[in-house]
Amino acid sequence: MLTLGHDEITRYPFLTDAGQYLKDKGFSLSQFGTDPVLKISVEKAFNRIVVATEGKVYNSDLIDGQASKPHVIELEVFSFLLAIVLIKLSGMSTLVKRFALAEARRAESYLKEDLGKASSQSEIDLIKKIIFELSGIEVNKKDDFFTIHVSDYLKQSATFHEREWKLINRHVENGKVFLNSEKIIRLLRKEIGVYISSKINKAPVPEMIPGLETEVKNLISIAKKFTPIFVTTGEYPPCIKHAINVLEKGENLPHSGRFMLATFLLSKGQSVEQIAPLFKNAPDYNERVTLYQLNNLAGNSGSGTQYTCPSCQKLTTQNLCFATSECDNIINPLQFGRKRKYERN
Amino acid sequence: MIILLIHYNLEGSGNMKETDIKFLENAFKKYYFEHSDLIRVPERTIEREFGYQKFNFGMIRHISIKDNKELRLLLMQNIPSDVYCSNAYYSFPDLPMKEKDWKEADLIFDIDAKDLNLSCRENHTISICNNCKEISKNSEHCIKCKSSKLEKKSVACKNCINSSKTEVSKLIEVLTDDLGVIKENIHVYFSGNEGFHVYVYNSDFQTLGSRERSDLADYIMFKGIIPETFGMKKFKPDKNLFPNLDENGWRGRFSKEVFGSKSRRPKIISQLIANGHSSFLKTLDDVSEKIGVKIDPNVTMDIHRIFRLPGSINSKSGLSKILCNDLQKFDPYLESCILNDDSIEITANCPIEFKLKHKKFGPYQNEVVTVPTYAAAYMICKNLATIS
Ligand code: SF4
Ligand SMILES: [Zn+2]
Ligand SMILES: [Zn+2]
Repeated sequence: MLTLGHDEITRYPFLTDAGQYLKDKGFSLSQFGTDPVLKISVEKAFNRIVVATEGKVYNSDLIDGQASKPHVIELEVFSFLLAIVLIKLSGMSTLVKRFALAEARRAESYLKEDLGKASSQSEIDLIKKIIFELSGIEVNKKDDFFTIHVSDYLKQSATFHEREWKLINRHVENGKVFLNSEKIIRLLRKEIGVYISSKINKAPVPEMIPGLETEVKNLISIAKKFTPIFVTTGEYPPCIKHAINVLEKGENLPHSGRFMLATFLLSKGQSVEQIAPLFKNAPDYNERVTLYQLNNLAGNSGSGTQYTCPSCQKLTTQNLCFATSECDNIINPLQFGRKRKYERN
Repeated sequence: MIILLIHYNLEGSGNMKETDIKFLENAFKKYYFEHSDLIRVPERTIEREFGYQKFNFGMIRHISIKDNKELRLLLMQNIPSDVYCSNAYYSFPDLPMKEKDWKEADLIFDIDAKDLNLSCRENHTISICNNCKEISKNSEHCIKCKSSKLEKKSVACKNCINSSKTEVSKLIEVLTDDLGVIKENIHVYFSGNEGFHVYVYNSDFQTLGSRERSDLADYIMFKGIIPETFGMKKFKPDKNLFPNLDENGWRGRFSKEVFGSKSRRPKIISQLIANGHSSFLKTLDDVSEKIGVKIDPNVTMDIHRIFRLPGSINSKSGLSKILCNDLQKFDPYLESCILNDDSIEITANCPIEFKLKHKKFGPYQNEVVTVPTYAAAYMICKNLATIS
């Protein structure tokens, strides 16, 4: 774990060990449910989550990102830690995603600032360490620029859509890519989000804390608004419809989802050329890569093995199943519709 | 492409006569036996997938091999027409693709003379009609039956080799100067036919997936550029943002190509700005065609492919895929031509002259000739001759 100063703890609260921080300050979780003074942090925490669900970034009491008074620091950090506790208590995974994203954005703006103005060696070292902790990526300063390994750059930028991020449009020298502080942090956005959400996911689920029931209940009803409900008609099973829907909206479909969709449609006799356009809206669309991958799945290249659509069971574990009564206990999406007809006869 | 190659071979050798196959297998067997020092397993052998083909058969893949002894056994027992090995490392190379557990892969580049748009190609390309089997110099339609289904075969050409070498040198410059690859980790092999395979071992790029390798390929090919990268902004372009001749990387190479000299730079920049943004895109395309490295991006981005094993024979030519220690001096038609020179009588139908081991062969008009084994194999592999 890093040794952080006050400013860093308030700016990057996810870098602290939550339980340890509370203990060091002499508090226990249960006090937050009852103590009227501490309850202020609970309100702040609740607010912090709600703001995140609205797609906005939490605006803190920090003045210029600096914690002026000790109690401000505590409130800042407490509200973050409690937000995680509340999310955990609610058990709603959609909240994790949205909260992590908003917190990542918040951290991003501080990181940009810190990186941009770091001038002494110790300042540079600290921010380098923070970035490494968050992303596992080594950043170095060279004159007015920051450099990262070409391979690290490619791993991050490969999913970016804008041409500007193609390696050819960057200054590359001796195995390093040169970027300004803003671009470096933008490049690492995903990693920061992953870091925060994995931190939340790894945190243990606490027992219900008396006094926080209302907040938790309210969070559950907010989260439910984001959980999609799907209506099925026609020949495709709900999981496939959902996947198509996500792509059509230009949202990101995880790899497991793309695998399911592609193998399903290929099995239904569609050609690689028919399927490829479906992925056009994906934020990380790349024609050559898509065709390559589809051809691989179809068994047109590489190993020559044709991949089949995963089972419903597998898809359930991947959160890709949106079963309705029409699914009727089938074991593979490919059976959708087929079995129903069979049973009717 | 391995896949294309299989069809190609099946088609080619599918109608290859039994006596021709016997002859080639004997020649290959002798080679495997006498030159076993040339065909060695690559490093980290047990993590690689191997594969091979026999004349008239499809590909056998997903094989794992322990050491040189096992490889030798495979060669002597099966006398393959072609032997392949993955650039990827797997936990279980002999399981089906899905279960192999991919770990990493060496970076590979394929440079092939047929992709270089060379004007010499026409002079040494032969057309074989799929329909009536008529063989003629390069043409669009069969001269006998007018069919347009022609198979093209190309014979030895110095110019093709030299142009490919130039691309290899350009590639090595980008790899070392821009991408920080250590020279010692770059190995160049003659492909055994008309190009080169460049391997990069132990680099930072080992763990990159297809998508990342695709972008790396575009970088090397000088593709996907936005005008802004070279100073050409859409609105109010600024002269000071254009590259200088002394810069590193593509900006420097661009300057040398487009400006030529320091003194010409200001004038050319003014001209570029006057011509506008969209005309600059055209300039970029032209420059890319000239200074971009002509690699096959599909090869570089494929992380599950198996490649011809160094030291093995390419059944498209009977020449060996071998390491080039001194690229500039390297002469594939001498150094890769390793099959024996016992005389053999063949019926040759090769309308274009070619040179192997400093000896001229052809043109042959469907005539019976006696030639060394290596030349006979070269023509038989290309369907331009058969054992009498
Ligand atoms: S039950 Fe099967 S078919 Fe139905 S949504 Fe789930 S995965 Fe799809
Ligand atoms: Zn014909
Ligand atoms: Zn040529």
